[in-house]
Amino acid sequence: MAGRAFIPTKSSALIAMIADEDTVTGFLLAGVGNVDLRRKTNYLIVDSKTTVKQIEDAFKEFTTKDDIAIVLISQYVANMIRFLVDSYNKPIPAILEIPSKDHPYDPTHDSVLSRVKYLFSAESVASGRR
Amino acid sequence: MSGQSQRLTVVPTVTMLGVMKARLVGATRGHALLKKKSDALTVQFRQILKNIVSTKESMGDIMKNSSFALTEAKYVAGENIKHIVLENVNTASIKVRSKQENVAGVKLPKFEYFTEGETKNDLTGLARGGQQVQLCKAAYVKAIEVLVELASLQTSFLTLDEAIKTTNRRVNALENVVKPRLENTITYIKGELDELEREDFFRLKKIQGYKKREIERQMEAAKNFSDDQAAEKVSLKKGISLNSAQNFLSGGMGKDEDIIF
Repeated sequence: MAGRAFIPTKSSALIAMIADEDTVTGFLLAGVGNVDLRRKTNYLIVDSKTTVKQIEDAFKEFTTKDDIAIVLISQYVANMIRFLVDSYNKPIPAILEIPSKDHPYDPTHDSVLSRVKYLFSAESVASGRR
Repeated sequence: MSGQSQRLTVVPTVTMLGVMKARLVGATRGHALLKKKSDALTVQFRQILKNIVSTKESMGDIMKNSSFALTEAKYVAGENIKHIVLENVNTASIKVRSKQENVAGVKLPKFEYFTEGETKNDLTGLARGGQQVQLCKAAYVKAIEVLVELASLQTSFLTLDEAIKTTNRRVNALENVVKPRLENTITYIKGELDELEREDFFRLKKIQGYKKREIERQMEAAKNFSDDQAAEKVSLKKGISLNSAQNFLSGGMGKDEDIIF
């Protein structure tokens, strides 16, 4: 069926990250980081030397790997690859845009939240009319 | 072909009428069920919307707190703590488990995080700032908790959105396409059957008329015959065949055409 996405039930999955160094450090400290046998990490540190191509590749890799359930991405990084993030529409892995330290969080850029806000305001207007 | 597309092409028979009626009943029931499903999904959807908004807002605060905790840890334990952390990564101790939740036949994913194995980075900041490091770690674990919840909400949101769209499309298709078409077909069959019935009725009437006339004619003939017979009997009693007399007369009439009276 076209509309129904397959949702795998996994006993354990990873959280991937694309963010600046501080955010990644914090989450690694909490114990999210993983390095597999081929020395591939489940996170990408974005600094001034990171190219958009690298971010794109990492995003594509994280969203296609089946052992990743959630991809955390800093909002300013997401803005760099906005077209990819917006065109992504699978339920798993879930893409979460998180605020970073140097860049304040802007809800209008968030692809999901803008939709939520739109629906929410529309519905509250509708419920107010009733 | 606008009229043709509004109904199915069927042979108008009583059997087909029964089949169509059964299908209409099925379509109506399906429509009612799908409508209920759509309503149930919408209720769930609104709840998720509310949760998403509140969680997103709380996420901002929590991320701010955890960033601040990291800054504290960096200040106390020195800038090179992040290199230690980055070097210490091997396997993840915080992982995510995904479950399925069933809402009106739609499977919604539900994430929950769990810690696995020993907590690493235990010795980080042993020299100085160990407490800050542990606080920072706790702050980030808390952030992960919120983020995982948000992720499952967001995934449910997307899945539900899609499911509601599909369901509404089906409801509308049943309501606006399938049901009118079936109703039109039923009207068509009924009209056609009525037409046939009228034709039959007319034919029967006609035949009845024929039969009536036929019977009348036969009655007439029988009456004539019986009259004749009665006359013959009388004439036989008299000794003269009426027939022969008639024949004689008519024969005479036939033969002597040239007689002029």
